[in-house]
Amino acid sequence: MTRHPSDSHTLERYLETGGYQALAKALEMPPEEVTGEVKAANLRGRGGAGFPCGVKWSFLAPAKPAYVVVNGDESEPGTFKDRQLMERDPHQMLEGTIITSYANGANHAFIYIRGEYPRSARRVQQAVEDAYAAGYLGSDILGSGFDLEVTVHLGAGAYICGEETGLLNSLEGRRGEPRLKPPYYPAAKGLYMKPTIVNNVETLANVPWIIHNGGEAFAAIGPDGSQGTRLFSISGHVRRPGNYELVMGLTWRELIYDVAGGIPGDRALKCWIPGGASAPWFVPDDHLDLPVTLDDTAKAGSMLGSGAVVIMDETTCTVRATERLVRFFAHESCGQCTPCREGCSWLERILRRIEEGAGREVDVDMLLDISDNISPGLAWPPRMTTICPLGPSAVSPILAITSYFKDELMAHIHQGGCPLD
Amino acid sequence: MVEIRSPSVRRGWSESTRARASEIVKQYPDPRSAVMPLLYLAMAEDGYLTDNGMREVAGAVGLTPAQVRAVASFYTMYKRDDPGRYLISCCTSISCMLLGSDEVLRAIEEESDVTAGETDPEELISVEHVECIGACGGAPAVTVNYELIEGVTAEKARELVRWLRTARPDAIVGAECQELFGGRRSFDWGPFDRDSALGPYPAFGPLGTVSGPSEDQDG
Repeated sequence: MTRHPSDSHTLERYLETGGYQALAKALEMPPEEVTGEVKAANLRGRGGAGFPCGVKWSFLAPAKPAYVVVNGDESEPGTFKDRQLMERDPHQMLEGTIITSYANGANHAFIYIRGEYPRSARRVQQAVEDAYAAGYLGSDILGSGFDLEVTVHLGAGAYICGEETGLLNSLEGRRGEPRLKPPYYPAAKGLYMKPTIVNNVETLANVPWIIHNGGEAFAAIGPDGSQGTRLFSISGHVRRPGNYELVMGLTWRELIYDVAGGIPGDRALKCWIPGGASAPWFVPDDHLDLPVTLDDTAKAGSMLGSGAVVIMDETTCTVRATERLVRFFAHESCGQCTPCREGCSWLERILRRIEEGAGREVDVDMLLDISDNISPGLAWPPRMTTICPLGPSAVSPILAITSYFKDELMAHIHQGGCPLD
Repeated sequence: MVEIRSPSVRRGWSESTRARASEIVKQYPDPRSAVMPLLYLAMAEDGYLTDNGMREVAGAVGLTPAQVRAVASFYTMYKRDDPGRYLISCCTSISCMLLGSDEVLRAIEEESDVTAGETDPEELISVEHVECIGACGGAPAVTVNYELIEGVTAEKARELVRWLRTARPDAIVGAECQELFGGRRSFDWGPFDRDSALGPYPAFGPLGTVSGPSEDQDG
């Protein structure tokens, strides 16, 4: 997915490397057969939730019109893979979008790109214009009788619009507040209350390959339940940060030390976030030799989420890191649900107090108590008192510093400041 | 929460801006969906989101100005206060923080003499700290008028501020700023592109982009 010659974003280069052949093939298949191939591939969503893409498509209600919405509102801290796909290979995602629209009987697709990604938006818009000019969009695509319009839509700085129902509200010109499910499942009551498929950029970028090579060929790559290749955005304390397209099933040790080159100065690994800011943390003693798959990660109490891996070495203050993550969720809470709106900012203030040396022992209980209000029982996957998972996500790092790094947390309180400063 | 401002200078959109707005509205099955792109258009018109701008947006999509304001206030990129010509946004989220973004922000604040969240008296430079901007592989990262610069150091950040003050570029070319003030990137961006931002809003489509021939196409 990510081998890019310098002009890989142009239509010319995309066609030279086999681009839009999968579209031609798909348009000769009945739409159900296209969905069948994606189901056979067992392609699981690459946006965060990991839901099987073909199954999602088969839930689409029959009412018309139906819409396809591409979720390019990538904003989970640590994640920068969709930006690369949109800037360097926009046609691949667009071809996937056209095939998806055909399979689901949609004649209008929307590509929602986060506002902070103007270069992504420019390159995707250019790709859309070139695709119209070449007859891959518009009416009677490649003589098949299938029509599709595509609109590129720019967000304006709100993480919550990456949540699919928040995104739909935003696309309707409203505040990006998530909708209650039920009844507002996008497959039945989505954009303009019509049946809607919402898929992540990377998920759609896999679709042309699946149609070209067949669902079975895709399903043969990697371990069961984590098939296909997947992009990992690796950042933090590693020698070679970046996006890596990997076959899942390698261990975290291999991912951190072989793929990303290990830690600068050969410092010790302290912990890492395995799947974006919302994911519970992993630590070397318990998790370094676990296989990197969706199911193994879930079984160990976390998730691959958006594919963002953030590495923290021994010099990291975990209280400060937690404060930074919780601050994010407090800032991005849409404010609809009280436990999240109030809870996240309370957590943030307590953490700042502890980091700055004004923490008290009772603060530890308070952190856990507030967390329990947002996410009852502190279970994984989280139980929710909120409409969407944003609030419970803020709890993930709290659980790490009150368990694995309790000594460090208490040292902050007892020494009246950060012991690592 | 929302400040009621006296109707200052009432200046409506020009015919050409209104025509552009109705082109944007046509891209959606429901006119209301055009609120977000039209809010950007309003910012491009006035440099920030004015009451007049929101009134025009409301008229174009058939909402009340209050409904438009309710939408605008949800999103951080619609600036209700007049920002400077150059909006410097410094990411201080987790990956950037691990690699020194707090020092980068401090350097920007010191060199510009502008505290995060504020604008200098000359209305040239605004500084803000922002949450993750998806440049974690090239951390720490900043944007100027939403054009990205990755792999920034505190020293490079100071140079950036000095350059904005002295050179006062008409438009911000992201690729050029990366070459001058950046370092390691999250990934290879591909050919040098000359798309540039004209103000403190994203340079996209009709929203204030100036595009020249890219070097790649010359070759």
